[in-house]
Amino acid sequence: MSRVAFGSLIGHLRRTPLRRNVIGGLIGLVVVILVLESVDPFRQGQFATMAYLGIAAGGLTVLTGLNGQLSLGHGALMAVGAYTAALMLHDVEKPLPLPVIMLLSVLVTVVVGAVVGAAAARLHGPYIAGATLALAVAMPGIASFFGDTLGGEQGLSVSTPEAPGWFADAVYFFTAHDVTGTKYLAYVGWIGLIISFVLLANLSASRVGRTWRAVRDDEVAAEIAGINVGRARVKAFVVSAACAGLAGGVMAMVVRIAAPSGFPLTLSLSLLTAVVLGGLGSLGGALIGAALLTFLPQTVTGLGQSMGLSDLQSAQLAPLVYGLTLVLVILLAPAGLVGTIRNAWRRRQSPDTAPVHPQQEATQ
Amino acid sequence: MRTWTKQMTRIAALITAGALVAACGAGGRPSSGSSSSGGAAQVGITKDTVTIGATFPLTGVAAPGYSEIPTGAQAYFDYVNANGGVNGRKIKYVVRDDGYNPTTTSEVTNELVLKDQVFAMLGALGTPTHRAVVDFLNSEKVPDLFVSSGSIQWGNDPKAKPYTFGWQPDYEIEGKIIGQWVAKNMPDAKVGLFLQDDDLGVDSEKGVRRYIDKQIVKVAKYTSGNTDVAPQIAALKASGADLVLGFNVPSYTALSQLVALKLSYKPKWFYANIGADPELIGSLLSKFSEGAVGKANPLDGVLTTVYIPGVDATDNAWVKLWQKVWDKYGKNGHLTNYRVYGMSEAYAFVQALQAAGENPTRKGIVAAVEKMGDVAGPPLAPFRYSANGHLGISGMRLVELKGLVAKPLTPVLVTDIGDGPIKEDDSAAKDGPPASGIPEVKPAG
Repeated sequence: MSRVAFGSLIGHLRRTPLRRNVIGGLIGLVVVILVLESVDPFRQGQFATMAYLGIAAGGLTVLTGLNGQLSLGHGALMAVGAYTAALMLHDVEKPLPLPVIMLLSVLVTVVVGAVVGAAAARLHGPYIAGATLALAVAMPGIASFFGDTLGGEQGLSVSTPEAPGWFADAVYFFTAHDVTGTKYLAYVGWIGLIISFVLLANLSASRVGRTWRAVRDDEVAAEIAGINVGRARVKAFVVSAACAGLAGGVMAMVVRIAAPSGFPLTLSLSLLTAVVLGGLGSLGGALIGAALLTFLPQTVTGLGQSMGLSDLQSAQLAPLVYGLTLVLVILLAPAGLVGTIRNAWRRRQSPDTAPVHPQQEATQ
Repeated sequence: MRTWTKQMTRIAALITAGALVAACGAGGRPSSGSSSSGGAAQVGITKDTVTIGATFPLTGVAAPGYSEIPTGAQAYFDYVNANGGVNGRKIKYVVRDDGYNPTTTSEVTNELVLKDQVFAMLGALGTPTHRAVVDFLNSEKVPDLFVSSGSIQWGNDPKAKPYTFGWQPDYEIEGKIIGQWVAKNMPDAKVGLFLQDDDLGVDSEKGVRRYIDKQIVKVAKYTSGNTDVAPQIAALKASGADLVLGFNVPSYTALSQLVALKLSYKPKWFYANIGADPELIGSLLSKFSEGAVGKANPLDGVLTTVYIPGVDATDNAWVKLWQKVWDKYGKNGHLTNYRVYGMSEAYAFVQALQAAGENPTRKGIVAAVEKMGDVAGPPLAPFRYSANGHLGISGMRLVELKGLVAKPLTPVLVTDIGDGPIKEDDSAAKDGPPASGIPEVKPAG
């Protein structure tokens, strides 16, 4: 009896994507609280890093996986968000409330994203990559050109905001632990991640998401079906830029500085590798990719040092192992980690169906 | 009936979940203030080890040269450890790579402080990189000794950064000392400035302008990362400058020399210490020019400054000590000026640790370093450390490069930021190391 009721409850809750995603988000929040409360401050810092990489990768996977636009400029969009947050938090006596700062980071990045997206919408394939690459290359120059406001080469230092009293009290109420600076940032990052992932998952399951996929799969067919291709592309770019802006805002606080050398071309490229590693178009994959980006180098360097390698050798080991992982995943699991697992699962369920191509993956 | 069951189930589920979550937590703060745990053992110090950390660019564009600094420091610590350590404690030196990216610096510094639990940081390198962590280190009360950067921000405000200490002469006093020398010895020179567009350029221009404001005919700035300096050098040539003062990092010394060669522009060159390591410049020049420019004597006749005796001074007692240490404990390669730099920082750290006494504390070592002004060490000029200032070495000597050898032009000149006078002070330059090669500093009272 109770099992039937429970089953129907689950069925009821899963009926619409919105409810399904919100429930997923709430479960995610509980997991986040449990994890953050049981790890040491160093790991909390790493989880904060993983959160902002995850947000940016989530935005990128929607853009590339669902809409087929390849962006090499997401590092620069993160820089826009980071500099916005840094300007709000640099040498200010009383900073604005954090949600307002995050919202401003998102808004400013959305404006930049709309401009870039409008230009990118006229381009195809590698040309979009080229245009966004230009953005990534120009970013350090912009920071130096407006050196008086943006701090030039050495950047703007960011004073870490303190947890507001009500937040600290709420966390203490549930967990009996006080909120330190690092833990607060980890919470901010993960709450941002959950909100953005719920919104992204919802968007991709909606009419908008179907439009994006239609544009990706066949532009001409989409246009004949009455879809405004250009508008759909700009929209996807703007949504993706909003995520990058939020990620940048969180990043500025976690790193405690916004400086041009913090946003090299490799940042954009490693976001792309994270998305590919996890599985193009999959939010879960973006999260796995972000986890690999965060934890793999540190673990490998530590392993190298404990194996008796010199500091330099163990430092060089990290990019080597990451590169090998990328090569292996592309060779053995071309749909990415999540995509491959999902394909294997589907094959077990119904052995006749062909494996799903990564490009046709739905976001979950 | 079914709807009722469903609703009840839902409510029951909610209540159970809520109760479970609340049961995990405290449900509110205890009314009385909890006592803080006092008298804990010092972080990073055990009966027989002291763990310290450092961040350096071991990979990436900034790695050539700079990545050798920690190998020098490690060799000196190995030497000290082999001779019994400091007060019976061996020094464990943990170096992490930040690739000169502040994001990475922040991550690896978190790791050093929170996971590896270092007692102090030693010689972390770079202005933008270290800026990302300086507030964190001070809020965690981690001594942040001898930052490998000449920016004045590490030492000019000890109230805001009580745990941070600078190391090398800052760019402002280097600018002052160079400016005064030019005003005295080359009063008719038309001076062009070649500056890196950050603290390095800004602080040193401020220093230089105190003495030769009227002689400067052109200021050309480059942005780190943009490797095309042809416009800047062409502008300097067009202005007719016959003495160029370069405040730039080593790769830009090589780039500016190459471009000047192409434009057949032959002024007198004066490079600040940071950009004037002849050995590194030689290898960079031959690399950038794909072998067209030989490695031999690339900076012959160039003026620069020194504040620690370099490898060319083979008769110097300090260099002899470093050579002995490197021959025994160095891993790969030969002794370079960067390794000497690392060994000098390591030597100063051993002095600080000795001064902090039998049972060093984080607060204790900070107080001890503030009294280290008169301690004899490898730098040519004394430190400026005090309770009111944490800036490092107070001066330098001007030299002319002849091949790979630096020929002294002046005695050691010392000064301070602001309008402090420039004085001759050879007192610290005559110090030699103790016979054991390990400092013997008494605990500071």
